[in-house]
Amino acid sequence: MTTKNILLTGVGGQGTILASKLLTEGLLSKGYDVKMSEVHGMSQREGPVLTHVRFGEKVFSPIVEAKKADVIIGFEELEVLRNLEYLRTDGKGIVILNEMRVNPIGVQNGSDKYPENVAELISAHAGKVIAIDASEEARKLGNLRVMNIILLAASVRQLGLEEIDWNKIIAENVKPQFVALNQQAFELGKSLG
Amino acid sequence: MKQLITGDEAVARGAWEAGVRFAAAYPGTPSTEILENIATYKEIHSEWAPNEKTALESVIGASLAGARAIASMKHVGLNVAADPFFTFAYMGVNAGAVVVTADEPGQFSSQNEQDNRNYAKAAMTPMFEPSDSQECKDMLLEAFEISEQYDIPVLFRMTTRVCHSKSLVELGDRQDVPIKPYVKNIKKYVAVPANARPMKVKVQQNQELLKGYSNNCQWNRIEMHEPGIGIICSGDCYLYAREVFGDGASYLKLGFTNPLPDDLIREFASKVGKIYILEENDPYIEDHVRALGIACDGKNLFPRNGEMKPEVIRAAMFGEEYPVDNDVRSAIIPRPPTLCAGCPHRGFFYELGRRKNVMVSGDIGCYTLASGAPYHAMESTVCMGASISLGHGAQQIFDSIEGNQMRVVSVLGDSTFFHTGINSLMDVAYNKSNLITVVLDNRITAMTGQQDNPGSGRTVQGEITEAVSIEAIARAFGFKNVRVIDPNQLTQVKETLDWALGLQEPSVIITRWPCALKKQTALDKEEFKGSFSSVYWVNEELCIGCKKCTRTGCPAIVFQLEKKKSSIEAEKCVGCSVCAQVCPVHAIQKVEA
Repeated sequence: MTTKNILLTGVGGQGTILASKLLTEGLLSKGYDVKMSEVHGMSQREGPVLTHVRFGEKVFSPIVEAKKADVIIGFEELEVLRNLEYLRTDGKGIVILNEMRVNPIGVQNGSDKYPENVAELISAHAGKVIAIDASEEARKLGNLRVMNIILLAASVRQLGLEEIDWNKIIAENVKPQFVALNQQAFELGKSLG
Repeated sequence: MKQLITGDEAVARGAWEAGVRFAAAYPGTPSTEILENIATYKEIHSEWAPNEKTALESVIGASLAGARAIASMKHVGLNVAADPFFTFAYMGVNAGAVVVTADEPGQFSSQNEQDNRNYAKAAMTPMFEPSDSQECKDMLLEAFEISEQYDIPVLFRMTTRVCHSKSLVELGDRQDVPIKPYVKNIKKYVAVPANARPMKVKVQQNQELLKGYSNNCQWNRIEMHEPGIGIICSGDCYLYAREVFGDGASYLKLGFTNPLPDDLIREFASKVGKIYILEENDPYIEDHVRALGIACDGKNLFPRNGEMKPEVIRAAMFGEEYPVDNDVRSAIIPRPPTLCAGCPHRGFFYELGRRKNVMVSGDIGCYTLASGAPYHAMESTVCMGASISLGHGAQQIFDSIEGNQMRVVSVLGDSTFFHTGINSLMDVAYNKSNLITVVLDNRITAMTGQQDNPGSGRTVQGEITEAVSIEAIARAFGFKNVRVIDPNQLTQVKETLDWALGLQEPSVIITRWPCALKKQTALDKEEFKGSFSSVYWVNEELCIGCKKCTRTGCPAIVFQLEKKKSSIEAEKCVGCSVCAQVCPVHAIQKVEA
């Protein structure tokens, strides 16, 4: 198989780290070679986060090349736009798009405007966009924090990873008291993808 | 068992497996997680040192006393530790010692992009350059063997991608490496000229002996595929090269890079057509290959700055372009880092930024953000601790000008003060400059992710310890004008700045309030009772839309353009009250429980 390239992007505090942990553990359970890269900069709230995940028979580079991402799991709209140049341009690139905006400081203080047409720009460049209001979906389950699991799960069918025992992966990597909730969120997310 | 772990975690694991008993470091991206992970192994005595020099010197002591030891630091940290590093190479070790340097091609969070491979060459120490996590662990184990076999510390050079990328690692068991007896050996351990001259000869001979190792070790290997193109590379560049060329080129993959393997390089050159050197930063390998009389392409094609990512290689070699869609590019707005809601630096910089005839000499920490909007209250940043000494020099010159109005305010954090600022403060006392020194004491090393330091009262392994008092240090140095203030109380900040600017002698101001992200100790909870527990809101009926509150730069404040009113995001606000103190019409009020 050719190596698959996934990016997870959002802002700090949205749970991208747990999502990428579950994804890579799932991939390992299927025997794939996996590499992941994450650049940590300043430790502050709501900074941009970009995680590269690559899997296949044998993976060399830990980072996804420009125009080669098969799937972008986007936790925040502007951050997807910022990293859109990673998406493959042959009409086969998929974006799981969380319909969520986290304002940068410039928008908060009125000196910048959050771009209006993010979703359209993303649609124009992606082969397929699966838009999900993950916070609304998470609210249905009574806990906003499972937004990350819903978004991850929505990518499973697109990546052809339905055969992985995700319930087991969640059970092994999440605190016992949150296992059932996260498994529920995963089921919900899968149905949306 | 195989695990998916980062290079930093793999180095920590390697240290444990190698039987290391002592580890010391100063936090610095991307090396911080090495010691954080080592500290989880109870068999290794781990310490956050005040700076990289003290870290390395205590590692030298541990080695002399007979225990395998490791010091880890970011690239610029080795500048601080360079003094002991060079002479440690002369003295050699008793038990094995390794110095990890984490370089930053691409400068993700560093003030420069120096290539620390040059240190190995200059100090004549052996050097390893791993490219993935498995190599991090395997090479670290070997580095301790080499250190003991050749009686010399080893430099272990990583880069950001190697430190922070995860790949599969086969875990092993801890070796039982007993503590070697300490033997008094003045000729070996006292680097006075008479002893150091023969030491240098020994180090030079060592380099010759190590050439044999370099030519024959498993870390330097030829991988023959298509012979038309020959790639010589080290570190993560090997992974990027494999990604771009696959089996369409042959590789000389270098993992042990000082001294470089001359015979192997010649052999490779005889087997392949055109040679390309792929390395990040300096032409370290390239210069050597050229000196051997072998023609090659390197920095004439590839950039000397930034990461050697696959797209960079493709662009340089094949002219491949990556056109950016203008509609996307022009729509993107920046998301600059900001001081968090509740950050204790906010109130101080809000006031300082309003002062005239003041030069603010800054330092390295979260507070370096004060150089940007909306504060613009920092105008120089060089390296750790420089705020005070740079400010001292500037103040001396300003004061030599007749009728001078300029005052220098030097600003640095608690951890940076303990790192090297403490020496600089001594300079101010001793050489009598009229400097205002401000230590922003947020009770933690914040920027690198909440590491303890000599002032925080807790060790890396979670033990309660002495909390060094910055105030007592300043007084002991002889400063008469020392004040400790709460930076969230703007009146107090304002009055204190007025007081310091009014003095014709040096002063030290300590702003003491914990980082909003700090996991507070019992003592913190007692001292800062009720911190971060309230929330403020904007009474829109009173708000006049003057935007003064937005000039505090708080990410919890939203200015609603349509309504021309401010509001506060309740889930972000932690109740520092700085915006409420700034509001001229008292529209910002505490939410009553």
